[in-house]
Amino acid sequence: MYTELNSILSTTPDSFTQGEFILLSDRKSDASFLIHHFLSFYLRARCKVCFLGLVQSFSHYSAVSQRLGISLTQAKEKGQLIFLEGLTESLSVLIPQVTSTGNKAMDFLRDPSVGLRSLYEFVQSSVTSSGGGEEEWGPPVLLVDDLSALLSLGVSAGAVLDFSHYCQATVCSQLQGNMVMLVRCDGEEEEDDWDDGGSELLLKGLTHQCSLTLHVQGLPTGYCRDIHGQVEVCWRRRQGDGQNTQKKLFQYKVHDKGASFFARGTSSAVL
Amino acid sequence: MAAPVNSVGKPSAERSSFSATSFQKKTRSKLISIPGTRPSVQNGQLLVSTGVTSLDFLLGGGLAVGTVLLIEEDRYDSYSRMILKYFLAEGVVCRHELFVAAAQDNPDDILQELPAPILDDVAIHKPAEQPRLSCEPQDSLDAMKIAWRYQNLPKVQSALASSSRFGHYYDVSKTMEPEIRQAAKWHRFYLPEHPTQSSPAHSPMLESYSALLKSLQEVIHREGFDVAASMSKSRNILRIGLHSLGSTLWGDDLSCHDNPRHRHALATFLYGLRALLRSSLSVAVVTVPSHLIQDRALMGSITRLCDNAIALESFKGSERETNPLYKDYHGLLHVRQVPHLNCLASQLPDHKDLAFKLKRKQFSIERLHLPPDLSETVSRVSRGELAVGAAVASACGSGTSGNKHLDF
Repeated sequence: MYTELNSILSTTPDSFTQGEFILLSDRKSDASFLIHHFLSFYLRARCKVCFLGLVQSFSHYSAVSQRLGISLTQAKEKGQLIFLEGLTESLSVLIPQVTSTGNKAMDFLRDPSVGLRSLYEFVQSSVTSSGGGEEEWGPPVLLVDDLSALLSLGVSAGAVLDFSHYCQATVCSQLQGNMVMLVRCDGEEEEDDWDDGGSELLLKGLTHQCSLTLHVQGLPTGYCRDIHGQVEVCWRRRQGDGQNTQKKLFQYKVHDKGASFFARGTSSAVL
Repeated sequence: MAAPVNSVGKPSAERSSFSATSFQKKTRSKLISIPGTRPSVQNGQLLVSTGVTSLDFLLGGGLAVGTVLLIEEDRYDSYSRMILKYFLAEGVVCRHELFVAAAQDNPDDILQELPAPILDDVAIHKPAEQPRLSCEPQDSLDAMKIAWRYQNLPKVQSALASSSRFGHYYDVSKTMEPEIRQAAKWHRFYLPEHPTQSSPAHSPMLESYSALLKSLQEVIHREGFDVAASMSKSRNILRIGLHSLGSTLWGDDLSCHDNPRHRHALATFLYGLRALLRSSLSVAVVTVPSHLIQDRALMGSITRLCDNAIALESFKGSERETNPLYKDYHGLLHVRQVPHLNCLASQLPDHKDLAFKLKRKQFSIERLHLPPDLSETVSRVSRGELAVGAAVASACGSGTSGNKHLDF
């Protein structure tokens, strides 16, 4: 959890807006540090968290969270965190000889054209289940790292958009929880949408669905060691009759145990 | 917590306490000692050498066990193949087990071409390894007499190297002695020897990749490379070298169509490979002929499914070969991706303009810079023009259009 980002978004673990869909995206940069922020943020806020970790192993997320002061293993034991480790689940599908573990969540790997119904059912069952622990948890939160891995594995952009829409309906609207999803694109913005495996299409579709986007980019002037890139924060508030969009741009640097955000040109390396 | 590099041999008893996953933070008390590995200074991960010292430095000390290094091949696959051979040769010298898979050449042939290790070169290479220490004995002998103020400054060093020794040097003009080679335990996967059955029509994987993944998993299980395997046996590292994945010989059509039918086959395979490696004591180097793949977004998703990614761009056959600016180098090296493992901040390189050259005893990666121009006038002018013509970094002499060398 980065306190600077919290003050930019004006939220704290004690008071945050419910029913939000936050979209994280990146282009020629890496936005995964934001996933770790939201993971530790919602665990601190005592929400019930469902995490779909599709690209890294559990121990990676656990080690980073440890640095941010949160123990994922404890959260898992207490029933606060439900973690889907995509990598280990996928092996039983990709190498069919292994005896099946019975988890159907990654079944789309067998035939990506059928869509993500099995994954949605996993999400639905984990956000609605009471967990069985003695403690009571707050509203459910769904985190996905990251949706573009699904595209790489052959799922169509349309199917991913369907998945996110279903999740939004269940998590955000029905249960008044929050949802954070990460999409990674590469290539230029102006490029043709149809030739890039659908990640542009997916990004546009999700930007339409969400209520807050954090878009991470590399610096337009090129690589720099002290400024890792810039974040564009964009709120889409539906107030009364019209839509009100507000944008802010920050530069950031990722440290060992957090990240700092500053206005453009005010990095300590330049001043 | 820079732990000393373990010398070859002597498995220790502490090894047995290793458990759970290969991505565990190591503390001093439960350090596992496998020959040819060392823990990372940044995050305590177990590293192995790639066999190329300057590449190790570039990747933050070495390759972390459980990760994949993607090498985008140069056009003739000469230098990428060389790095693959260095990686395997380092495994032979450190007595790691090898797994070599190829579709084009027989893995036996690849293994026979491994470069000969220079095992008694420690004394010869010592001065080159620690150039930042300026107070070495031979320095004091020919100490500068005039510019004495500069003598305590560290020497400018353009080759990337770390101060401590890790990995070995190889002589590429000789091949490894058969005795050393035969001592190594290795597994092979040669695609033509594996009859392919037809897979279900909807499956995103190709039969060749499924067979390879299956064979890898068998080796990992059988030889006890799983992290969860019984601790009674002494542990070792499995080095996996996969040559030219994505080429047509693997049955993949990524490189011959604009709109390939098996678009997601390689990405799915790499996903499975990552899953296998993360739960075992193994490390992989994969080469991909990326210059044949038209679709850049596809290459991006392939890169993201690997942990480290570098691209080699050789000057061979290009007009840059004859350009005097690049006369010291054999090609350019681009770092496409550095891993985030167990930490937020990744180990970013200081410098992104890198070039490589292959010397007889060393594959060295250096910062690309213009050579110092010591002559008085003539060559300086021509060099400025060359820099403009070659359109390198725009910083070098971009504004000077005239022939006057004092034109700022």
